[in-house]
Amino acid sequence: MAGADLTVPGDVTERDDVQALLRSGFGPLTEACFLLLRVADVVAARAWLARVHVTSMADLDTKQETVLQVALTAAGMRALGTDPKVIDGFSAEFVAGMAGDAARSRRLGDVGPDAPEHWDWGWAEREPHALVMLYAQPGALAVFREEVVGSIGAGFDVLTSLETSDMKGHEPFGFLDGVSQPSIDWNGERAPGSAADLDYGNLIAAGEFVLGYRNEYGRLTERPIVDGAQDERAAALLPRAADRPNAYDSGRNGTYLVLRQLEQDVPGFWRTMSAAAPANPIPLAEAVVGRRLDGSPLVPLQPQRIPGVGEDAGDRVRNQFTYTRDPQRLACPIGAHVRRANPRNGDMAEGRTGLVGQLLCTLGFAADTDADRIAPSRFHRLLRRGREYGRLLSIREAQASVEHPPAGIHFLCLNANISRQFEFVQNAWLQGTTFGGLTGEADPLTGNRAPLMTGAATDEFSMPQGGGVAKRVAALPRFVTVRGGGYFFLPGVRALRYLAG
Amino acid sequence: MVAASVLPVEVPGLRVLLETMNLRPGFADPDNTLVTFGAFDRLHFARFVILEDQTLGDLTAYGVAFPDAPIWLVFLGDCDGDGREMVEAFARDAAPGLRRIFAHCTDFAPTTDLRQWMHSHSVSPATQYVNWVGRTVLDVCQEAALHAALRAALPVEAGPQPAIALRNTLIAEVARHGPLPSPRPPTPLAWRLAQLGRAGLGVLAFLIAIPVGLLIAIPFLAILRRRETRDAVIAPRPTPAHVAELALREDYDVTNQFSAFGNVKPGRFRLWTLVVLLWVVNLTTQLIYTRGRLARVGTIHFARWVFFDDRRRLLFLSNYDGSLDSYMDDFINKVAYGLNLVFSNGIGYPRTRFLILGGAEDEQGFKNYLRRHQLPTEVWYKAYPGLTTSDLDRNTRIREGFERSAMSDEEARAWLALI
Ligand code: HEM
Repeated sequence: MAGADLTVPGDVTERDDVQALLRSGFGPLTEACFLLLRVADVVAARAWLARVHVTSMADLDTKQETVLQVALTAAGMRALGTDPKVIDGFSAEFVAGMAGDAARSRRLGDVGPDAPEHWDWGWAEREPHALVMLYAQPGALAVFREEVVGSIGAGFDVLTSLETSDMKGHEPFGFLDGVSQPSIDWNGERAPGSAADLDYGNLIAAGEFVLGYRNEYGRLTERPIVDGAQDERAAALLPRAADRPNAYDSGRNGTYLVLRQLEQDVPGFWRTMSAAAPANPIPLAEAVVGRRLDGSPLVPLQPQRIPGVGEDAGDRVRNQFTYTRDPQRLACPIGAHVRRANPRNGDMAEGRTGLVGQLLCTLGFAADTDADRIAPSRFHRLLRRGREYGRLLSIREAQASVEHPPAGIHFLCLNANISRQFEFVQNAWLQGTTFGGLTGEADPLTGNRAPLMTGAATDEFSMPQGGGVAKRVAALPRFVTVRGGGYFFLPGVRALRYLAG
Repeated sequence: MVAASVLPVEVPGLRVLLETMNLRPGFADPDNTLVTFGAFDRLHFARFVILEDQTLGDLTAYGVAFPDAPIWLVFLGDCDGDGREMVEAFARDAAPGLRRIFAHCTDFAPTTDLRQWMHSHSVSPATQYVNWVGRTVLDVCQEAALHAALRAALPVEAGPQPAIALRNTLIAEVARHGPLPSPRPPTPLAWRLAQLGRAGLGVLAFLIAIPVGLLIAIPFLAILRRRETRDAVIAPRPTPAHVAELALREDYDVTNQFSAFGNVKPGRFRLWTLVVLLWVVNLTTQLIYTRGRLARVGTIHFARWVFFDDRRRLLFLSNYDGSLDSYMDDFINKVAYGLNLVFSNGIGYPRTRFLILGGAEDEQGFKNYLRRHQLPTEVWYKAYPGLTTSDLDRNTRIREGFERSAMSDEEARAWLALI
């Protein structure tokens, strides 16, 4: 692939216009809640959106006691009276919504008990218009929330409030979470598409996570552009479009936010692991996830640095690896959650192999054809910013527990192209029963276990063994159920004022 | 493949009739009463598509028009052996249903001789790709059954058993209870000879191409670059309604269908470039890419390119594993050069440089372009739902290992890992 067009801007300079969530998950602000709102009084709702203080990336240069972030759905924009032409300029997935049509639900695996009609929120009258995310220091959320809800007044109704709990960096099954994240190339230093990308890299173009900047194809992702001559408000409020004269960009500095409430059956998970591996369920659970409970990888680290890994030594210890040293999938099963969610592939499965090797691979004569079936990672990365809810049980408590106290993840990720990033990962890699040449299995952790049309199972999990026959666990029950979800747009601060009409 | 024109007034009725063949939108019932696909044991894939081109307006970019462009009904079957024999079998065994369908075509009357009519409306592809040349439907089914039998024969606790011993136990078990794959018929001599001829042709073409290429390279590139910089790019986002029609028919099985239709750029330069390239690609799919992969793409079962209307328009049909997003990902990230070679000769394709660069690398423009040219496949049949090319590939390797008389310990372990 040819190198990127360097005239397309790659560096994000308008830091005061980008919502802070793109820069941080606000770890020290351990209390958080996500308010899902519906427009009640349009005038009041617009007025609130126009004046509310939204924390920006630049604000994080100083310590923040509280943080507020706002995102809108397409339904919300319609309810607020945003120009329909602008709404239609957003991506088709966003305009249709996560639960917008049966074909999308089928692709995401939202069928059977996961189908939108069973969700607590996210569908029909329970589709949110806005998402307001509140973060505060321990003990400070209640007051902050009261203040915000008070200021919203009659503008919005609270459809539901998603509470979160601090599990000290773990998710409810007990694994350390948030271990691997893409590093964002904020300064546009890397030219995507060079020979270096034949190997896996973790420094990803800003345009994969923020609209208006160069993406991994060296281009600007489609977004609504407004003609300045026809829309004075746009000219007054919005940033200029980088690729068209006299035009304004209502996507710039914003991004898409995917939210899914994923309920986890923690007792069921640990009981299943114990039943399949009575002597010690932990290694099996770690194979299912693809990392150890403490977050360390199952495959050996490599001596060579990986671009974008290793700002600190802790990161290197957890992320300086790819799966090329485990071609037979013995250390980490190919079907493990993290190996699916990020196969750590470069543009060519075998990485840089010299001119002849590269030519052979391009023409289809790679030695490891199985690895070459998997798409390159850099086009399918997600910036995860979810938070947990419920109470964290120890493994022993989970195994003994009879009732299921609800617990799970408010899975939240940011990406500039929902179909190429979130939907691709969810569909092709997690729910996909064809991933990496596997058969009969989807993600052992999050799979919906729905059989194929033919009745064939998708609920197995296989672990290749050096001795020959793979170890298999059959008939895994479902561990994760979707309770709600939506596609939101997390606009730039100026665009928020514009979109709010 | 059979293609016949349909009058616009007939199209809605035809669509309704075709839909009656389906279990799910676009997804054929193998036992439907019109064409009982499941009864044809040499048939891998089949489809009915109506080529009602929504992009004729793009021709105005070149100041031309195609006002009386016909609407085609296409009936395609990917089968083992000779395609003419397949047509014979359809005409013989599915006559009443096919008559009802073809009655919507302009020149089909109740008195028409179906067999003759189908032969006279047969069109051959310019380029054809088969994932694994010579793997028959029978092989696919028997190999899948063999895999299932071996899997079932695995001891619950394999224990620390030598691989060779375990392999022998499994083989003995399956040999006792079956099902055993039937012996493969020898490769027909005629096919071997033809293949030899094609290889000779390939070498000859290569030898001629070098001097001719050198001779025409400069004028060719000069014309090409001029066109490439001036040709209009027409890749707006497809309408939500169009996308919904297509998505409605996708993602029921692990494999999906793809049908796309478009106009070749007017003028002899593009036409002959395209004809030569498709010929070359066809040679490579017959000689080189015959074992599981088309260049770097391993997910395509069958694909073909077919000219229509005196080569004014081109149809592309394929059957691929996974969802459209992964297919597009393969196209863009693995074989952009190959798609550019062919599709850049179609009107509206994203701008290329030197035929192979650019083009599909305009990710969103390319996706828009393909989606916009895609047409709903009214009826689609696959003989072995649930199986991907990588399943077929693995099952073939299992069978080969099963039929081997002896194996080293390492080979036996690799073979056991497949099960
Ligand atoms: C309740 C459901 C889920 C649980 C319990 C879960 C758990 C985990 C855990 C424990 C890790 C390893 C730690 C880390 O690398 O941060 C991880 C990684 C990851 N998960 Fe999930 N996850 C869930 C759902 C999802 C979903 C729905 C997606 C995407 C659609 C996803 C995408 C990822 C990605 C991209 C990684 C990082 C992989 C890497 O870069 O190596 N997860 N998840």
